[in-house]
Amino acid sequence: MRDVAVISVAQTRHRRRVRELNEVEMLMPAVHGALDQVGMTIDDIGFTCSGSTDYLAGVGFSFVSTLDAVGPWPPIQESHVEMDGAWALYEAWVKLQLGEVDTALVYSYAKSSPGDLPMVLTRQLDPVTVAPLWADSISLAALQAQALIDAGKATEAQMAEVAARSRAAALGNPHAQLAWDRPAAELLEAEPLVGPLRRHDCPPISDGAAAVVLAAGDAARERVERPAWIRGIDHRIESIHLGLRDLTVSESTRLAAQRAGVADGPVDVAELHAPFTHQELILRHALGLADDVAVNPSGGALAANPMMTAGLIRIGEVATRIAAGEADRGVAHATSGPCLQQNLVCVLEGEG
Amino acid sequence: MGKERVAVIGVGQTEHRATRGDVSMAGLVREAASRALADAQVTWADIDAVVIGKAPDFFEGVMMPELFLADALGAVGKPLFRVHTAGSVGGSTAIVASQLVQAGIHQRVLTVAFEKQSESEAMWALSLPIPFTPPLHAGAGGYFAPHIRSYIRRSGSPDHIGMLVALKDRQNGLKNPYAHLHEPDISFDSIKESMMLWDPIRYAETCPSSDGACALVLGSEAVADAAAADGRPPAWITGTAMRSEPTLSAERDTVLPLGGALCAADVYRQAGITDPRRDVDCVEMYVPFSWFEPMWLENLGFAEPGQGWKMTESGATALDGDLPVNMSGGVLCTNPIGASGMLRFAEAALQVRGQAGDHQVDGARTAVGHAYGGGSQFFAMWVVGADKP
Amino acid sequence: MAEVTLPPSLRDVEPVRSVRTPARLDYQFTAGDATSRFLRNVARKRIVGQRAPGGRVYVPPRGADPELGQPTPEEVEVAQVGTVTSFCVVNLQFYGSVMEIPYVSALILLDGADLSIMHLIQEVPADEVRIGMRVEAVWRADAEVEPTLESITWFRPTGEPDDADVRIPGEDHGTGLGSWVGGVAPTAALVRNPRTGQGGPGGAT
Repeated sequence: MRDVAVISVAQTRHRRRVRELNEVEMLMPAVHGALDQVGMTIDDIGFTCSGSTDYLAGVGFSFVSTLDAVGPWPPIQESHVEMDGAWALYEAWVKLQLGEVDTALVYSYAKSSPGDLPMVLTRQLDPVTVAPLWADSISLAALQAQALIDAGKATEAQMAEVAARSRAAALGNPHAQLAWDRPAAELLEAEPLVGPLRRHDCPPISDGAAAVVLAAGDAARERVERPAWIRGIDHRIESIHLGLRDLTVSESTRLAAQRAGVADGPVDVAELHAPFTHQELILRHALGLADDVAVNPSGGALAANPMMTAGLIRIGEVATRIAAGEADRGVAHATSGPCLQQNLVCVLEGEG
Repeated sequence: MGKERVAVIGVGQTEHRATRGDVSMAGLVREAASRALADAQVTWADIDAVVIGKAPDFFEGVMMPELFLADALGAVGKPLFRVHTAGSVGGSTAIVASQLVQAGIHQRVLTVAFEKQSESEAMWALSLPIPFTPPLHAGAGGYFAPHIRSYIRRSGSPDHIGMLVALKDRQNGLKNPYAHLHEPDISFDSIKESMMLWDPIRYAETCPSSDGACALVLGSEAVADAAAADGRPPAWITGTAMRSEPTLSAERDTVLPLGGALCAADVYRQAGITDPRRDVDCVEMYVPFSWFEPMWLENLGFAEPGQGWKMTESGATALDGDLPVNMSGGVLCTNPIGASGMLRFAEAALQVRGQAGDHQVDGARTAVGHAYGGGSQFFAMWVVGADKP
Repeated sequence: MAEVTLPPSLRDVEPVRSVRTPARLDYQFTAGDATSRFLRNVARKRIVGQRAPGGRVYVPPRGADPELGQPTPEEVEVAQVGTVTSFCVVNLQFYGSVMEIPYVSALILLDGADLSIMHLIQEVPADEVRIGMRVEAVWRADAEVEPTLESITWFRPTGEPDDADVRIPGEDHGTGLGSWVGGVAPTAALVRNPRTGQGGPGGAT
């Protein structure tokens, strides 16, 4: 495979509700932030790919007008996925493998605030048998958490530890929406929101955007001192029918991790797209991470969860730490669908 | 490093109807996919990855429907990828799938595109109020009709050209058992007498709203060679290209968009086509309103500026002309929006494989598939050939 | 296809062919900065666009210059008269539409703007509307003017002579753009690159 690296990352400060900007206005600073950091313009980009979804925007073809944030003139080579931006990055990585272009811009964005997010997400479910029940995303996650607890694989105290650690880490993340420093024991005093999940177990609802620049080989080395090389990337899906899955494990993550080569070397840092606390515990296991791996130093999706973007941000966060020399090898993960249905795993490495 | 060869080794499509009430959404994609697998003589287990495309999710009222379709697509435990590039999506989905093979990541990829417009109400989905924009026009026809009027004025085309295209495509559609519209009694006069919906677009010059799906199996060089050795000719993909430009830009030409022309130039360069009119045997282009045939003939380099309508008028684009266009009947006969682009790409593959039945172009060796979307701003094209590149 | 064996109790039951599952989702949209400013001016019966860094004036502005992808903060008031660059006559009663058919939906290039807006033309028979016709905005009664483009009820002919040479903006700025001339493919250099200033009609590089 051709060597491809993340060479630039930018994201907005994520917020519960971005009232004063439309999507394209919200996205522009992220796109141009990522380009400016490496002294590039869209003229220097060989391929552009984005991720977003119409159901969050409440408008069909919503990605069409946000393309203006890039300034696609003269016309550009471009594509869009109705998925998290992590998959847009995958498409760009594939495109770079073909050797015709050396650079790619990847971006994603979402405003979750116009609609009622847990209700909007019910529209992902089987339209005949499940969607009519309006089974919301928090309730489905709660089913998974309960299954995990019943199987003896997690406790509410462990989940609270994840929340406490993530929100405290978010204090150091300038893009974070939700950050605080409270001991886990105190969190357990709260009433359940949707049992066994308490409010601290759930992600915030976020509006935000992110962008990443990829470059291959020398195009990466010329532009940055320490590119974050993509050593492996793979994604897998499972059935949406929760009754057909063992909810206490993530088989698709395990498969993707195997294909991406997570176990081929030591992992210094992992950014896991675990919107709910118990999902971090499932993912750690599926990825085979050792206990000493620094997980979600950014605070993860518990610090900010802009839909269609939080997965791309995980890759960006690992790349940023590698670029800064804080880590040599890291794992990034993105998820989609109810209860970790679809998962992408990306292994990134600094040179040498 | 570099590109591996890739070919279409299986083609499948559903019967297209206004309402496919006999199948669920899962049944619809399954119908197309099963046929593509059977054509390729591979099983579900042989497929390494699935790439699916469709137009806006509001058409069916399901958000990211690939998630619930994972089981029906045999994708559990595999990579499943979802593309959405507006009307060009069927084409771009096939291109993304082909790149997975070209990059050497997979050997056999299943790609599927569909739309089941009857599940929701397409007119409703297309006319969801755009926030802060008054509903002053009427759907896609209302958007494109002024551009068509501009083309007619610019090219000096006589008024009847659009009707000739509609007649030709509907007659071609009669030869295609999968086409949605089969109108044996269609005539120039019946088209002329049909209601003027968005003047200058008559009802009979517009595409239908269809339920349908299309699927392709793409194979690596080794896989395609094996198929060829078995007497099942592959359609070798000799070029793929995509281009995008902004919707509302003062700089762009909405009638003959630069992005469309750049896309064509790129795909011809890859395929070694230097004179498109001479080197291409047949074209499936995305013509949802009849007038887009002469417009795209100019945009894609088959005719000089202002001359596209003369090609149409001369009969050059008929099934027995020197550059047959929309042999399958095209979008004017069949329009499951998300699948419409892939149906163009699939027909191009059928032609060079010699499997297009009654709408086969004799001796077709090089065929072009074309799709566009948005406000004539997203373009996807591929060239397929009977000969291994 | 595998045979499905139904339990005896279901064997004589008519299969379910379809289900209706009505869904309702409510969204609260935000207009964003550029659109808010535009609509606030509309409520004052002014049409104020934004000038992109390259000089083009966009009405209505959408917050991003589509060539540069940069904000367009400079506001420019444009005229309330303009020229029809193209149009269609709509004979279809469209779901959600409030118009009486037939009506003319036109692309109107307001004087001082660089991109046409889509709006209605009335006070003239539909078959007399022409490309190049000069038209002016007709506003609702003052008390009914709100921050929406619907505050302009329609456009009507001014009676001025037609602008016989009017072209759609992109056609006017370029030289054929997407046309192949003499069998030669167009290139990106046909248009001026908004970042480098290179290219464009005349072939300046």
